[in-house]
Amino acid sequence: MNNGGGNNEPRNNGPAIVIQDLRKSFGRQKVLNGIGLTVASGETVVVLGRSGTGKSVLLKLLIGLQKPDSGSIRIQGLEMTTLQFKELNQVRKKIGFLFQQAALYDSLSVEENVAFPLDRHSDLRCAERKERVRALLATVGMEQHGKKLPSQISGGMKKRVGLARALALDPEIMLFDEPTAGLDPITAGEINQLILGLQEKRKITSIVVTHDIRGARTVSHRLVLLKEGRIVAEGSFEELKKNQDLFVAQFLSGDS
Amino acid sequence: MTFYLIVLMIAMAFSGSTVIQSGRFANPFVVVKDSMIAFFEWIGDLGIFCGRLVRAASVPPHEGRELLRQLEAVGPKSFVLVALAGAATGVVLSLQTSDSLTRLGAASLLPSVIVFSLIKETGPIITGLIVSGRVGAGIGAELGSMKVTEQIDAMEASAIDPYKFLAWTRVLACVLMLPLLTLAADFFGILGGWATNTLMEPISLRLFLENGFKTVTFNDFFPPTFKTAIFGFIIGLVSSFQGMRTRGGTEGVGRSATSSVVLCSLFIILADVLLVRLIQVLFP
Repeated sequence: MNNGGGNNEPRNNGPAIVIQDLRKSFGRQKVLNGIGLTVASGETVVVLGRSGTGKSVLLKLLIGLQKPDSGSIRIQGLEMTTLQFKELNQVRKKIGFLFQQAALYDSLSVEENVAFPLDRHSDLRCAERKERVRALLATVGMEQHGKKLPSQISGGMKKRVGLARALALDPEIMLFDEPTAGLDPITAGEINQLILGLQEKRKITSIVVTHDIRGARTVSHRLVLLKEGRIVAEGSFEELKKNQDLFVAQFLSGDS
Repeated sequence: MTFYLIVLMIAMAFSGSTVIQSGRFANPFVVVKDSMIAFFEWIGDLGIFCGRLVRAASVPPHEGRELLRQLEAVGPKSFVLVALAGAATGVVLSLQTSDSLTRLGAASLLPSVIVFSLIKETGPIITGLIVSGRVGAGIGAELGSMKVTEQIDAMEASAIDPYKFLAWTRVLACVLMLPLLTLAADFFGILGGWATNTLMEPISLRLFLENGFKTVTFNDFFPPTFKTAIFGFIIGLVSSFQGMRTRGGTEGVGRSATSSVVLCSLFIILADVLLVRLIQVLFP
């Protein structure tokens, strides 16, 4: 099923995420117009689409940062749209979210950023927590920069730290919002390798929103292409390549 | 009733100015309609915000470390500013009233006038306005910046309640620190008043204080000082609210900082009207 660099198959113990007829509007602008998507456990789905087609909104709806107008989102069998605050937070602990600009807390050091969720949600003792933070930073190659503030590191480094923070609670699901946006090709490749590493080592279920076609090919088991709030094409990279639709062909080749 | 009408008009005017700032030059009826909608949305959002704040305050953990950080940000870091403003107010009070009192043949009442004026009204209101300028703008800009850079979303996505971690700690810090800062403003105001007075007509500090505090009672001192806890609540609440509802990038952050200061200052002055009357009734 995997078409790119990843050689692991998704786990087959039921869907981790089931989205049905999801709709979201902002004022008169319909952003999502009946999205349906099932993501198997351990699968990595890449969501492609032009800017403003609701890809980031889809991720925020999945983690409950925004409420849909209608439709259903089931994560590991739990209906996210009707969960109360406390239950919603229990589900959120199982989900890691890498934001587009990493969203590191300005006032905290790199180490403190990674420790932030651990301080509040883990039973680890102080020394164990420090060791966990060190290990997470080592995973993303940032162990030398723990004392720095976010303003003192580059965009690519911020993404790495954001990834370490997202992994702090050992999530079963990862949501990536344009993980390689604004990065040079080499750094983007490194981030893609980190995502691929998560697939291989942790069998994490992932949804990756990106415009990086090369990265999409590398990390995806399956791709979906959004247009005007709907999924217009779905399949492996090779399957989409064979798609005769002009929009799909243009999108994958980068022609205007 | 009149009071609420004034608040409504001010808030509508503020909402209207926001609508006009957004670049649309519609006819006045449209502006009034949009302002009214914006105003009622603002009230509704503020109600929801207060609800979340109550929930955040009532459920542990209480983020003690962040509260300490905020106490330091509000208290010690505002101390010099408040002390200077208090001292300047004391100097001005002394200069302005000594002349009038001398003309009325009541120059000996100067210490009492300065002390009463400072502890009953000038100290508390100066402290409220100074802190709303320094801390209100800071909170509005900081939380606004966190909002537009998705840091607040990141916190929520990590199952951490931003209303508890960011808003409640700031509100509580303002509530706890304002009365203490008021004491500082009162102290330095009285000191400034004495220094100015003694330059014109030498008088010992001890005698100045004895004369000034001769007729001061509990009701003159404690209620006006502790009413500033309500000013603190207004500063924490309004600036956190304005910051956390920021939209529109860096321009939005600027708007949040400005609106935090403007609204905090206005609401403090308006709340003072009510509180002064309330204190007169409850502590005659």
